[in-house]
Parts: sequence; C-alpha cells; structure tokens
Amino acid sequence: MTVNTGRFTTMTALLGLGALALTSCGSGDDSADAGSAESADTASTDAESTDTESTDAAEGEAGESGEAASGSLTIWADANRAEVLNEVAEDFETDTGIAVEIVQQDFEEIRDQFVSQVPTGEGPDIAVGAHDWLGVLVNNGVVAPVELGDTAEDFEQIAVDAWTYEGQTYGLPYSIENIALLRNTELAPEAPADFDEMIQMGEEAGTEYPFLVGLDPNESDPYHLYPFQTSFGAPVFGTAEDGSYDSSQLAMADAGGEEFASWLAEQGEAGVLNLNIDGDLAQESFNDGNSPFFLTGPWNVDGAQEAGIDVAVDPIPAAGDQDAQPFAGVQGFFLSAQSENVVAASNFLINYVGTAEVQTALYETGGRAPALTESFEQALREDEIVAGFGEVGTEAVPMPAIPEMGAVWDDWGSSQAAIIKGDGDPVDLWQTMSEDIASAID
Amino acid sequence: MSAPTTTRPDDRTADGRRARRTAETASIGWKLLLLKITALGLLNAVSVYAAMVLFFNERWLIGTLVVVGGAFLTWIYFQRGALPAKYLAPGVVFLLIFQVFVILYSGYVAFTNYGTGHNSTKDHAIHAIMLQTQDRVPDSPTYQLTVVERSGELGFAVTTEAGEILLGSAETPLEELPDAVVEDGRVVGVPDHEVLSFAELVERQQELTTLAVPLSEDPNAGALRTQDGQRAYVYTSRFVYDEAADTMTNTQTGDTYADGGEGAFVTEAGEELMPGWRVNVGLENFVRAVTEESIRGPLLYVTAWTFAFAFLSVASTFILGLFLAIVFNDPRMKSRRYYRLVMILPYAFPGFLSALVWAGMMNQEFGFINNVLFGGAAIPWLSDPWLAKFSILLVNLWLGFPYMFLVCTGALQSIPEELTEAAQMDGAKPFQAFRQIKFPLLLVSIAPLLISSFAFNFNNFNLVYMLTGGGPRDIEAGINVGSTDILISMVYKVAFVGSQSDYGLASAFSILIFFIVGTISVIAFRRTRALEELN
Repeated sequence: MTVNTGRFTTMTALLGLGALALTSCGSGDDSADAGSAESADTASTDAESTDTESTDAAEGEAGESGEAASGSLTIWADANRAEVLNEVAEDFETDTGIAVEIVQQDFEEIRDQFVSQVPTGEGPDIAVGAHDWLGVLVNNGVVAPVELGDTAEDFEQIAVDAWTYEGQTYGLPYSIENIALLRNTELAPEAPADFDEMIQMGEEAGTEYPFLVGLDPNESDPYHLYPFQTSFGAPVFGTAEDGSYDSSQLAMADAGGEEFASWLAEQGEAGVLNLNIDGDLAQESFNDGNSPFFLTGPWNVDGAQEAGIDVAVDPIPAAGDQDAQPFAGVQGFFLSAQSENVVAASNFLINYVGTAEVQTALYETGGRAPALTESFEQALREDEIVAGFGEVGTEAVPMPAIPEMGAVWDDWGSSQAAIIKGDGDPVDLWQTMSEDIASAID
Repeated sequence: MSAPTTTRPDDRTADGRRARRTAETASIGWKLLLLKITALGLLNAVSVYAAMVLFFNERWLIGTLVVVGGAFLTWIYFQRGALPAKYLAPGVVFLLIFQVFVILYSGYVAFTNYGTGHNSTKDHAIHAIMLQTQDRVPDSPTYQLTVVERSGELGFAVTTEAGEILLGSAETPLEELPDAVVEDGRVVGVPDHEVLSFAELVERQQELTTLAVPLSEDPNAGALRTQDGQRAYVYTSRFVYDEAADTMTNTQTGDTYADGGEGAFVTEAGEELMPGWRVNVGLENFVRAVTEESIRGPLLYVTAWTFAFAFLSVASTFILGLFLAIVFNDPRMKSRRYYRLVMILPYAFPGFLSALVWAGMMNQEFGFINNVLFGGAAIPWLSDPWLAKFSILLVNLWLGFPYMFLVCTGALQSIPEELTEAAQMDGAKPFQAFRQIKFPLLLVSIAPLLISSFAFNFNNFNLVYMLTGGGPRDIEAGINVGSTDILISMVYKVAFVGSQSDYGLASAFSILIFFIVGTISVIAFRRTRALEELN
C-alpha cells in the first residue's frame, strides 16, 4: 500500500512539476518581452541594455558578439525563404554583431499569427508576406512603414505600388507572381491572339478540352478569371489619382462587368468554362496532354515539365476588346509596428535583402520573378518560363489589399459560379452581386 | 491495488500494519523520499525563478498565482495522508490551464470587440496610428545622415544633394554647419559632438527612431526622421495626439477624433480612425446576434440545420449500427468475425481523409458516384442546397455506423440470452422479445453514448469543413454562410475566414453553442437515469 502510494505521489509530483514548468516558462518569456516593450519607452541607454540582457536570458541565448552592437532580430519566414535568409543573416551578424533568429512558419499562417502575436510582444521584427495582407495588417495596427527612399526606384514599379497602402510603403518586395497562359507546344505550335482563336485552336487540336482553368463548383475563381473580366474593361475598382485603388468606385458594376457576365454564361453553356474541373483536375489533364492551353501560375510549370510537356508561356488572350490584365501578387518583407530594433531591421532589409545578390538567391529557390529590377532583368534573360510570366506581369495589376476583399472574393466567386452554372439571368446576378459587394465595403 | 495486502492475515491487526509500514519505509522509503524532495525542489526552483521574472516585469497577478500554486502543490505532497489531493492535484492543474482558462478566456472575448481593427491595447493603437501617418513630403530629397551626440542628446548631421551641411536636434531646427569634416558626401566629424558608430546607433535605436529634427522654425515644414540611421527624410505628421484631451487631430483637415468609448477614435460625424483597440462591449455581441437581421437570419437557419444534422446523424448511424449488430450477433451467421472486421473499416480511416475522398467521389462530372454508379448522370451532390445536405448525412452515416455497430454489439453480448429464451417461453414473438426486453436493456448502456454522439455531431467541424466547406453558399444571404454550415463551422467562418475577423462575435456564438449542448446533455442524462431503473 505505502509503496504504491509513494510511487504514485512521485509520479504526480513529476507531472505537476512538468505542468508548472510548462506554464511558468510560457509566461516567463511572455512577460520578459512585454517588459522590454514597456521599458523601451524610457530612452536611457542603461534601461536599453538591461532589457536586452533580460530578454536574452529568458530565451537562453547569448546574442552578443565582441562588437558593441547588442540585441537580436527575429524574422518569420517560410521554408524556402528561411534557407536564403540564413545565409544573409550570417553575413549580417558578421558585419554588425547583431544576431538574427529565423523562425520558420507556414506562409499561409504568418498573417494571422502576426496579427495575434505582435500585440503580445511575441511577434517578430520582420516577417515574410503577401501584399494583399496589408489591409488587415494596417487596420490591426501591427505593421510599420518601411522607407525605401531612393532605393524604391531600383524595384519594379508594380512591386512598390503593391506594397503601398494608403500612401505608405509597408514592405521590401522580393518577388512578383501572376498567372499566364501555359501552352503545350506539341498540341498548339502558335500562341493564340484572342480567346476565340484559342478555343478554335484547342478544338482543332482534337484534345478532350480546348482550354483549362481550375475553378470551384461553388466559388468559381475570380482570381483566375480576372484577366477575361478586365478584357471587357471591368476592373474591380476604379483608380484614384495616385494610381491606387479607390474602393468607393466599384468599377466592375458598370456596363463592362455586365458584358463579362453574359460572356461567362455563354462560356458556361458551351462547356468551355467548367466549374467541376478544379485546380488539381486541370493540372492533371494538362499534364496528361488533354488540352493545349492551361491558364495558371508558375506553381504548375514544374509539374507539367516533369510530365514531359514542352511548355511555353504566353500572354493571356483577351476575351473582350481590351487588354487581359491578371492580378499580381507581390511577396515581400514587412516590419512589425512593435519592433524595438527598427534601425537594425531596416538596415537588414534595405542593405542586405534589397541587394541584387539576395534577390536573385530568393528567386532561385522560390522560382518567382524577382522584384528588384536588376535581378528581374537577369532572371528574364536566363529563363524563358520566368520571362514569359514576367512579360505577362508587365500588364498585371496589383491585387487589391483592402480588408474588405475577403467579403468581395466571397460574393464575387459565388455569383460567378451561379452565372456559369446558368442559375438565372447573368446580368441580374451580376447586379445583385455588385450591390452586395458595395454594401459589404461600406 | 489493496487486494493483496488486505488478504494477508497479519494486516488485519493494527500492530501488523504498523510493523509492515515501518519495515517498508526503512527499506525503500528513503529513495522515494529523496526523489520526492528532488522533484519538489525542482518544482519550487522553477516556480521561484518564474515568479522572479514575472515580478521583475510587473506581472503581479500571474507571479502571485505561480507562487501560490507552487506552495500549494508542495504543501499537498509533503502532507501525511491527503491521498485524494495527491491524486487529483496534477489533473486539476492541467484542467485549470487547458480547459477552465480556455473557457473563461473565450467567455471574456465574447464581451469584447476583439477582431480586425480592434486587435490590441489603446497605447499600441496610438503608436500604430502615429507610425502610419508619418507622410514623407512628396519629392523631398534624401539626406545622408550621421547621428551625433552632445551631452547625451542625439542630433542629426546631414548633407543634402546640393552640398549643404546641416546640423539639428529635437530642440534646435536644422542650421548650417560650417566646420564639419565630410567624406564621400557624409559628415564624419562635428566639433564638440561625438559621432555615433553603427553599434551605438543600434544600442539607442528606440531613441533614434522617435527623434524628429524640425526642418525650420515653422512646424508645418516637417521634420527629419530616420529609420535606418543612415538616411533621413522629411516627414509631416498627419495626426497629432493630444494626451491631456485624449484626442487625435488631423493637421490637414483640422478634424478632431475623440475616444468614443467603443474602441476607436471617432469624429463627431462618426468617422472612425483605424486601428482601434480592444474594449469591453458588454452584451453587444449577443445583442447583435439576435437583433441584426443579416446575422439573425442565417443564425436561426444554421441552428435549425445543426439540430437536424446532429439528430439525423445519430438516428441514422444508430439504426444502421444496431441492425448490423443484431444481424452479426446471430449465431446462424457464418464467418461473422470477418464481416465484422470489414464493417469496422470506415472507422479505421481518419475522418477528414474519408471526407476528402467522398468529396472527390461526389464531383458532379468526374466523381465516381455519378460516372460509375449513375452512368454519367450530372447529379449536383455537393452544389445543390438540399442534395448537399443529403450527401453530408450520407457520408456521416458511412463514417459513424461502425462506432454504433461496435457499441451495440458489445451491449447486445452483455444481455443474457436467457432473457430472450424466457420471453419466448412466455409466448413472445422474436420482434416483441427484442422490442420489449432487449431494446430497453440495450438503451440503458447505449443512451449515454447516443447523447455524447449527439454532442459530437453538433460540433462535427471536420466533416463539414472537408466535405462541403459549408457550401453551397446562399448568394442571397448577407454573410458568408452556406446551406450545410453548422454552428461551429459558422463560428469558424466568422472568426477566421476572409479578412474581417470578429473574434468577439465568434466567441459569443461559441458560448451559445456551449449552452445549447450543455442544456441538451443535462436533460438527456436526466432522462437516461430513468432508464437505469430498469435494471
């Protein structure tokens, strides 16, 4: 009896210890950082150095080198970026003595994690992200502007435009991503001039589908169909004087949008746009040689080439009488509003990540066109796939970043799906959608 | 545990027991005691360290909790006796941290406006607004910057493109600096000042990045600021925060934004300045859930479907599971064991995987079901509102019947066969015997499982998320809610989908779900107690 009790007591003691250790460690770190946030307000050098020391002690690392520069940077990056950044971080540490800690995160997770962690003091100084997160990040007050200064001119215009929100630049861009038309050169030797010609060529090729694009049965895919929409002169929002989106002008509610809706219904009826072919199915069919054309992004090129398809990247053929402009997504690095290492962080971004060497390295692991013009042009010269996407990208427009986009995508997608399915009059459905979106934005 | 000791004859007497205890304590007791002291010592060391760190950072509440908790645990384990407490303490600690805290925290969030735009404290919001509204003066030049110090005060020594050399600090606007040493267009030496190295800049970066050196005596001309310590630019502040009045003033339009008490600065006209901050809003989230038409409509619809879904899922899986259990429990059935094995297979696959596979099979054009079973018919299994509901029930039947089959088989086998035989002797037909004797006995052990199964299906997020994602969406509805959404998937959408998160409203919904499931469970368990009296 006593033996049993004794053993059990020990076990429970251990468990309790574990639990306590767990909780106390968690809150220990937490408060250490929050504490440094508080003492940061006092500007004296003494307070500064003690606080960095206590942070270091809590995290159990010795972040100081022989140089006087103390402190450390924390960066959140996804696996691909982390690899390149590790090397940059080493250089930075040798040059400045500031330790850089790179925390690997899932790209998709970063936005929400950043929003919830920055206020607690657990957030990083710098994180990797996509420009269309800006609305959410800015409205939550978690990002700080990054002054690119004269270096802004060294970047592709669209990259800087995309990272500019309400007049401020919030990040250092590193890559530009947009969709284009993939062509199986065996089935279609020539690039089509417009949509109808593409369908005709697709039919002549005698494959199962004349043309492929991944859609969703209930949500369609307004992102992939956007170039066709713009070719009818129906951009989602009008533009303000400075070239940014003006979300109070819902330009797609105009006549062009209605024309596009009727076109969607026609293509749905003809079976050219098929909601049941989702992204995976479309990719599979293209890789099997079941269609000469596939409207998609750079992410599907490797798969097609591995499947033995000789791929060419073409401009997106217009369905209406204007240019087909896809959306561009620009990835970049942004700065936390609560960062205590602004000087170190902006030096790291502008003088290290913004260099051609690093931008090219990021391009080589990520496979997306670099944002820095020098690297961009080099990549274009070296790789015709990137050149193809890059060329289409010159036509591209940044994806809107306003926080209400979530609601816009929802309405937009489900209405497109209804139109393609033929659930009612396309123009009526489009008008209902426009009203819903307008009320969601207000 | 106590069985072997109590059967010993000498244990029956108090003397014998005492003798045994003394002997055992003498032999192995000291090792355990040592271990116990080490473990508790570690526990105390960790909690003292944690408390010190916490107190040092002025986290009084958590620090006190750690001290009290550590002391309490030590007291429990150093006590003689108090066996129940020793058993329960670790469990209670975990319960407090992982359950009670989580419940209380979501309860707390339900009474706040936490969500996009109201993400943090007021201080953070003010800080962010000030950061975001520093506008660089258009077409203004870049100033090559050297940071200098005189008696502890930082100053900017800059060179312009025109070759001017200027010096200024927070107090004194920029003025010509005649006798500076300049190399490569950058100041490297200033009389009476010390030039700071990069390491020193990093050391004082907080001070540096908040420093604004006025361009001239005219405050509207803007001020030089730097982010990297090497280049400075001219900025004007769009907003000025008046700490005494607690207002934000737009310097361009003159509008004044005051704290409206709802977690944001607002003008009198009602225009909000984002970001706001988190405040307590009382019952507003609950009030919104029932009064705002665009939320109430979908909420009622989704609640009704959640009940229908949970009830129909339990009923269908139970009926099929029971039927199969009875069939496979019949001794006349050959090779029952193998059939049973096959029956359990759906239960062996992870649920979300099965749901994904089913989603593929139900594709309108390429799915196995339409292509093979229905010869190429285009049945919109997942995109028609009613068929999607049917599909989700069907898939849940597939996923859920093996569980019911297992528990019914077990319960049936524990009911003695004599009862059936006795009933037959009394002239009952087989169905009558099952209906009136076996079934009520079966329910005694199964009913609690049915209730828990109901509660599980009420919150069966995986299935909905993986199979239909809540869709097809009703394009008429004001918020993003589909016709197969159940309450929990709707909560998920309100909180995490899209870019306008509303954690407050989502937590309020969660609390509603908690009360619904709780009430139903309490009522149902009360009623099953009545069943137990059958025994």
